[in-house]
Amino acid sequence: MIKQLWAFWRTLRDSLRDLAPIFIVIGFFQLVVLQQPIPNLGQILVGSVYVVLGLTLFIRGLELGLFPIGESMAYAFARKGSVAWLLLFAFALGFGTTVAEPALIAVANEAAQVAAEGGMIQSDNAAQADYAFGLRLTVAISVGFAIVIGVLRILKGWPLHYLIMGGYLGIVIMTAFAPESIIGIAYDSGGVTTSTITVPLVTALGVGLAMSIKGRNPMIDGFGLIALASLTPMIFVMGYGMLLA
Amino acid sequence: MSAPLGFVDVLLATLRDVLPIAGILFGFQFFVLRRKVPHLRQVLLGFVYVLLGLALFLEGLEQALFPLGRLMAEQLTNPAFIFDGDLQRLLSISWQDYLWVYIFAAAIGFATTIAEPSLIVVAIKAQEVSAGAISVWGLRIAVAIGVAVGIALGAFRIITGTPLHYYIITGYVIVIIQTAYAPRMIVPLAYDSGGVTTSTVTVPLVAALGLGLASTVPGRSPMLDGFGLIAFASLFPIMSVMGYAQLSEWRTRRARATATTPVQKTPSQGD
Repeated sequence: MIKQLWAFWRTLRDSLRDLAPIFIVIGFFQLVVLQQPIPNLGQILVGSVYVVLGLTLFIRGLELGLFPIGESMAYAFARKGSVAWLLLFAFALGFGTTVAEPALIAVANEAAQVAAEGGMIQSDNAAQADYAFGLRLTVAISVGFAIVIGVLRILKGWPLHYLIMGGYLGIVIMTAFAPESIIGIAYDSGGVTTSTITVPLVTALGVGLAMSIKGRNPMIDGFGLIALASLTPMIFVMGYGMLLA
Repeated sequence: MSAPLGFVDVLLATLRDVLPIAGILFGFQFFVLRRKVPHLRQVLLGFVYVLLGLALFLEGLEQALFPLGRLMAEQLTNPAFIFDGDLQRLLSISWQDYLWVYIFAAAIGFATTIAEPSLIVVAIKAQEVSAGAISVWGLRIAVAIGVAVGIALGAFRIITGTPLHYYIITGYVIVIIQTAYAPRMIVPLAYDSGGVTTSTVTVPLVAALGLGLASTVPGRSPMLDGFGLIAFASLFPIMSVMGYAQLSEWRTRRARATATTPVQKTPSQGD
């Protein structure tokens, strides 16, 4: 129990240090550059306590729960030796963690507005909701696809940079043909897919797989799943835009 | 003040996020792998911590940092602040007028990246896997510098109105060249750090900055020009992490070179 509390205290101290820069930047700009008082100081102090406590709990929880289960499942799949189930799991993980991602929902709704303003789709609500949902499905499928490719890469030991460069080339070529209004959204959609819960799980899965397969280096082969998951949405979203145009 | 109610809402929303993931994990664990979860109680406790922690974190951000950050992005991009109320100058703006915006963009990019939970997690893993060759803080600072440069440059792009894809494609070319020269071990981690930087903390603040700029700079449309900052924030860390690895490799090599040369030289001088 005392060991637990001590670990908790150490994480709490780390969280304070991690969050200090934000408080300093915001305080400096508000007080020195803009020379404005800080509004709702009480609420901000309460919120800051929430942020520090929340980050502490989150990191402790990852170390206790998400990391171990991600790794133990990677080991179990490697020992079971069924590639089909492993790939299905990879797809489910990518698709399932992305389709309900709040950041993605927000971006998809904004994108629907842009498309309606640009005259790409009808501007009534039903058409916009359709478009936004289609966009979300597209991104979720693309992330599922990315994790599948990434897991295959770990199994086969393909070098990551060829895949990434191929992807970049695809993006550059598609940028030339995709409708202009979708390009900004496509580029941004790569960034919003990787949420705070997905990243630790996917990292644990990749590193765990690379450690349990002979001849793979966890540093060279274990990382890279997130990179693929932020690359494929750009390609798929531009494809979605071209399909509708 | 409806703070407790707000927290319940956020908790439910987080639960909705975590449940499908837990469903997939435990579904495969029980039906496909058919194995017991090792340390089940500890894992479940970890899930509860993650759930509570994430909900608290999001609610706190929403109460403390986001309103203030958004307000500041608005104030800093407000023409009345930039031109000291001299609105005549709006007709002939130049990118130098926005100095404080670039400084704010870089500072907020750096600070939010240091606080980004996903990056902390990846950095912990990287230190563990590399047996300490990559330090948690080294990686985080390298990524944060990349994000700072990326967002400042992204603000510059919105103000000047140059097309996004020129920057992104040039960035890709630099990344490809760097990939050829960087130590092989760092490449996958560098690519990954591009994706992890942009999540819970960074995206809302940066999006507010982009939207504020695009709606106040004359001639920009918030719909077309407001996007793209996130793309910058995920491209530049790739360069800075590879750069960090190249720099530390170069320094070790030089240190080794200077350490060995005198030893070899001394006998020849003695002759």
